Amino acid sequence: MTARTHPFQRKTTVASYREAGVFWALRAFTYIILGFGVIIFSTIIYKGSPAVFGSERIDGTFPFLHNDFLFTKPQTLHVFKYKGEIKQMSAADYYTFVGQSPDASTPPPANPLTASPPSPVLSTTGINSSDITDHETYSYAAGGIWPQIVGTILLVIGSMAIALVLGIFSAIYLSEYSKQGPLISAIRLAIINLAGVPSIVFGLFGVGLFVLAFGWNISLMAGWFTLAFMVLPVIITASEESLRAVPKGFREGSLALGATKWQTVYLNVLPYALPGILTSSVLGIARVAGETAPILFTAAYATSDKLPWDLNISPDRLHSGFLGYLEYPFAWLHDFAFHGVNALPYHIYVVSSKIPQNEYTERVQYGTAFVFLLVVMMIALASVLLRIRLRSRLKW
Amino acid sequence: MVTTKASLMSQTQPTTMMDESIPTTQTTEVVHTPVATPSASDKAARLNAPTIIDINNVDFYYGQSKALHGINFPIKEKLVTAFIGPSGCGKSTLLRCLNRMNDLVDGTRIGAGSIKISGVDIYDPSVDVIELRKRVGMVFQKSNPFPKSIYENIVYGLRLQGINNKGRLDETVERSLRGAALWEEVRDRLHTSALGLSGGQQQRLCIARAIAVEPEIILMDEPCSALDPIATVKVEELIHQLKQDYTIVIVTHNMQQAGRCSDITAFFYMGRLIEIDATEKIFTNPTQKQTEDYISGRFG
Repeated sequence: MTARTHPFQRKTTVASYREAGVFWALRAFTYIILGFGVIIFSTIIYKGSPAVFGSERIDGTFPFLHNDFLFTKPQTLHVFKYKGEIKQMSAADYYTFVGQSPDASTPPPANPLTASPPSPVLSTTGINSSDITDHETYSYAAGGIWPQIVGTILLVIGSMAIALVLGIFSAIYLSEYSKQGPLISAIRLAIINLAGVPSIVFGLFGVGLFVLAFGWNISLMAGWFTLAFMVLPVIITASEESLRAVPKGFREGSLALGATKWQTVYLNVLPYALPGILTSSVLGIARVAGETAPILFTAAYATSDKLPWDLNISPDRLHSGFLGYLEYPFAWLHDFAFHGVNALPYHIYVVSSKIPQNEYTERVQYGTAFVFLLVVMMIALASVLLRIRLRSRLKW
Repeated sequence: MVTTKASLMSQTQPTTMMDESIPTTQTTEVVHTPVATPSASDKAARLNAPTIIDINNVDFYYGQSKALHGINFPIKEKLVTAFIGPSGCGKSTLLRCLNRMNDLVDGTRIGAGSIKISGVDIYDPSVDVIELRKRVGMVFQKSNPFPKSIYENIVYGLRLQGINNKGRLDETVERSLRGAALWEEVRDRLHTSALGLSGGQQQRLCIARAIAVEPEIILMDEPCSALDPIATVKVEELIHQLKQDYTIVIVTHNMQQAGRCSDITAFFYMGRLIEIDATEKIFTNPTQKQTEDYISGRFG
């Protein structure tokens, strides 16, 4: 120990060791969390990005982004040895390769009048089926995830629209109209508690009410409402807070000029609360986009490779003539809304639990996770940008 | 209805009688006597102006607690009436009763008495509060321009009434801003944000916004408490001009301000009206000991 040369000489004591110990412990815990985060994200990016950036270009098809992972439908991956060489092919490529119809096992019923002899098992391409050995197939492991991306976007847009309308209206009622009392406090408490209910419970609620009781089946519509009810607590709480943040003077000033209550809310409260409501709702979007459980039984099909607008409205359903033209958009909307979809989180669940995990399936497993990560990151980025922009514009 | 000084006195009298019948938690003994003899003839003439607001034995409650005790006096047309008194004495509460802004606060009610404006009881169920507030404008303690342009602030009240005629709106904007002595300062930036104005300009904008809907009465709740002295002078000058056309009721903490810009001053203490008289009289020769103590700065 050094000699005391001045009254403020630093001394090494138990307390100083404790201070240093606490500092390093806190630092270590934080860095461990950070480390896990880095490991998870870099694994997803390392294994997932080749699926997006290293995939084939598909020229000439809309949206001309030339990416078969993002913009094509999933297919079954065929892995086999052909003359001792391991080949990986999507179902379409495989059947072209061997020269078979994809439905070779169940050929379409031929017209008896023009019946041709059954198509040969051996293809015209000269591939001998005996050369193909160790043939394995993996569902969804080839092709892309376009229907999942479309389904996620549709689910998010629809459910957020429903949730925002319902949520903002009830928040306006709770914060502007209702008299504060035990009933309103109970309602508010119930809403806050609802936010803590596990999403699978919302899924079961959706099945019971929308799918079964309302008879909507597994459809976009049922998914929209289930997800909307799941994010409603978040939206209502955020909207109420944003409404309450609008200065009281705006309401009083408006009312003192002879405005009705609704005029005041509509013209002089809601416009200033809306930025806050929308910013907070972005968090709700991330949750809607990411939940698997609520759509598990209400909206998602693992196997539906039809896009929601690939509808087949048979003319028999419509009236003939002019009335039929009028009916068509309604029939189209009906089929659109009551059609099941795919979604990214559900796809991640399916490809990580229903198909084996090996080198052949890694592409779709990590690729989907990577795309999903990108989507969530873009939503978060949009939220940050929106907040910065609105904050600079609205100040009082 | 023409009220003489004598009737003003006689209306103050029941306040006294009522107070004694109401048990309160008040600790200070308040002695009420009628207002003293009239002074100079011009003051008397001023006090003879017709009554526009008749406040009749008003009791007011916030939930269970009683905030106003039998307030009873008339407010004269086209005069400036100032309410003074220490914080929590009920002057703002009474002011906000006059255009029913207290309706916005849960659990408030008028327990007894009535407030009549031009002879109509404004707490009658048949009264449309929206129409009342169009006739009784209000300027608040904290200037509250809306985060819109200056122009849109002024025409807000007209747009509410469905008036969207550009010529009429332009005309109202100019008239109101001239009326609030703000036109010269903002004429070149009518379409910029009202939040860019200084504090005093914002408060005058709020006054302009209030007069744009052509009220008869303007209530001002401590309009200068957040302003610097120069801005305060401008608002006070404005009050002087406005009383040509409007009846003004102003609540103020600043006794010099009450002295400078009001014709009649009412002194409140602990939810009771202690004294009301011509301003000069209140500030030079108050009848009540409490008024004198307050004016001379011994409390409050």
